[in-house]
Amino acid sequence: MEILGLFNYWAVIFLMMSGLYIIIAHDNLVKKLIGINIFQTSIFILFISLGKVSGGTAPVLTESAQLYSSPLPHVLILTAIVVGISTTALGLAIIIRIYKAFGTIEDNEIQQEL
Amino acid sequence: MLSNHLPILQVVIPLIFAPVCVILRNGTLSWVLASLVSCITFIIACLLLTSVSGGNNITYALGGWVAPAGIEYHVDLLTAYMLLIINAVAAVVVIAARESMASEIASDRLYLFYAAFLLNLTGLLGVVMTGDAFNLFVFIEIASLSSYAMISISRDRRCLYAAFKYLILGTIGASFILISVGLLYAVTGTLNIFDLSDRLGNVENTNTVITALIFFTIGIAIKAAIFPLHLWLPDAYTYSPVIVSTFLAGTTTKVFIYALIRFIYSLFGYEFSFNQLVLNDLLMILACGAVLYGSIQAIRQDSIKRLLAYSSIAQIGYMVLGISIATELGLAASLAHVFNHAVIKVALFLSVACIIYRYNTEMISQLHGISKFMPYTSACFLFGGLSLIGIPLTAGFTSKWLLIQASFSAGYWSLVIIIVFSSILSILYVWKVVEAAYFKTPAVELSNNNTQNAPRLLYIALFIFVLANLYFGTETSVNIGFAKDIAYGLVN
Repeated sequence: MEILGLFNYWAVIFLMMSGLYIIIAHDNLVKKLIGINIFQTSIFILFISLGKVSGGTAPVLTESAQLYSSPLPHVLILTAIVVGISTTALGLAIIIRIYKAFGTIEDNEIQQEL
Repeated sequence: MLSNHLPILQVVIPLIFAPVCVILRNGTLSWVLASLVSCITFIIACLLLTSVSGGNNITYALGGWVAPAGIEYHVDLLTAYMLLIINAVAAVVVIAARESMASEIASDRLYLFYAAFLLNLTGLLGVVMTGDAFNLFVFIEIASLSSYAMISISRDRRCLYAAFKYLILGTIGASFILISVGLLYAVTGTLNIFDLSDRLGNVENTNTVITALIFFTIGIAIKAAIFPLHLWLPDAYTYSPVIVSTFLAGTTTKVFIYALIRFIYSLFGYEFSFNQLVLNDLLMILACGAVLYGSIQAIRQDSIKRLLAYSSIAQIGYMVLGISIATELGLAASLAHVFNHAVIKVALFLSVACIIYRYNTEMISQLHGISKFMPYTSACFLFGGLSLIGIPLTAGFTSKWLLIQASFSAGYWSLVIIIVFSSILSILYVWKVVEAAYFKTPAVELSNNNTQNAPRLLYIALFIFVLANLYFGTETSVNIGFAKDIAYGLVN
């Protein structure tokens, strides 16, 4: 019961570890960037699930809603998603330039050329 | 009226003018604009410092939303002190940057460099200024993203790989900080740093708060390049344009040391972090490792930029060492070293900038006998090096002496030995450059008369920072005086 009740945290931990593993294990730079994205997504889920109030609705001000989820984590995560997108965009831009300069995007091959 | 809004102007002015640089699409105009903006923010920082030095803190509620609901900017003496360091380095370096940057990167990219520079300045100032934990994360990412861009702007293709490595490691570090903020929000329901520290009192010993502290420390350790999480730093400093290395060495890592101090002392609390969780013991081991590893690696380098980068890792070790002693005096030593190291490293990197501008190389083996051809630059490097070692009457001595005093009074004899030993190591690596410059037979390539001497503004900036090294070595009311006041305020 304890484990099932904390389902969201297990999902977060699984995604976080998968992301970190991809960053460490793969030589391909694009895959590393995908790993970073998965890692960041797990944090977004952590924040969003923190804001959930069981039985609550979406935080929209109406007469019928008495109980609603905390809107603050959603707002924070909107900002964090923007940061994540900027990181991905910049990372991809650098990968394109790495490909032009080195002719490869494999980590081990670049390190041989350095 | 305007003076009430100084805290927000400090951050918003560079933020607004960064896109203006992109619209201008002109390297020289962007340089003028960036120089003006950094001078204005420097003046604002001085005004803020004078208004808080009396002991009254400034809080500024963004958009009139009072904390803890709204975001609050908080200026106390520690903030103003850091603002002064960042702005002084930024203003002098960007004014000196024009010719050196123009010689190192493609001319159609110059305006982009100045835009990234202003964004970086925004991020660094914001990290120092904000009183909101999530806002801190956002500003950290603004500063980091723009510094990845500034590193990857160089013509040397190796800078791209360095920037990508920094991007991956930096993002992991920032994400760890984000996790920490999320966990803190989960237990307290607030994001304001000072509100958090009030509410943490009741829940301090829960696993969530301990995990938050661990995540934060590791995230900051990556960002501040605390050994053994420093791997991005040597490549980033070596392959980026030398002006970028100068600016990063003078500001970025120091801002993250500030964030560590702020979180330990103002948020988690000294008692909780040090007495219950013995974070200081962990930091002390890492700092000793950093001091020894950085110094030994620096001796082995041939590139002066790489040598200075490893020396930075060692100097960051000193700052962390001061924090880890966990006394008021230790904290004061750490803060004074933040100031002094900025002054020392900028002076050293600027002299390297002069050398690179003229000879387009930073390899010690190719610069034999350079003192014959660039006597002033070599002398400046010598003085900067003496300050780095910690010779009396230089700035480097004052904070190292304070650190040794703090170790003595806390009873850490072994630390004193490590500090003295690593100072001897730093004599070795500074000597390596000085020996090549003064005592080796001049290399034939250097006598080439076609080379162009470094621009005047670069020399003026270099002289300012070298003189600052000597000035703050004798007149210690700014670095040591403020550091002691801040440490007193934070501990009590």
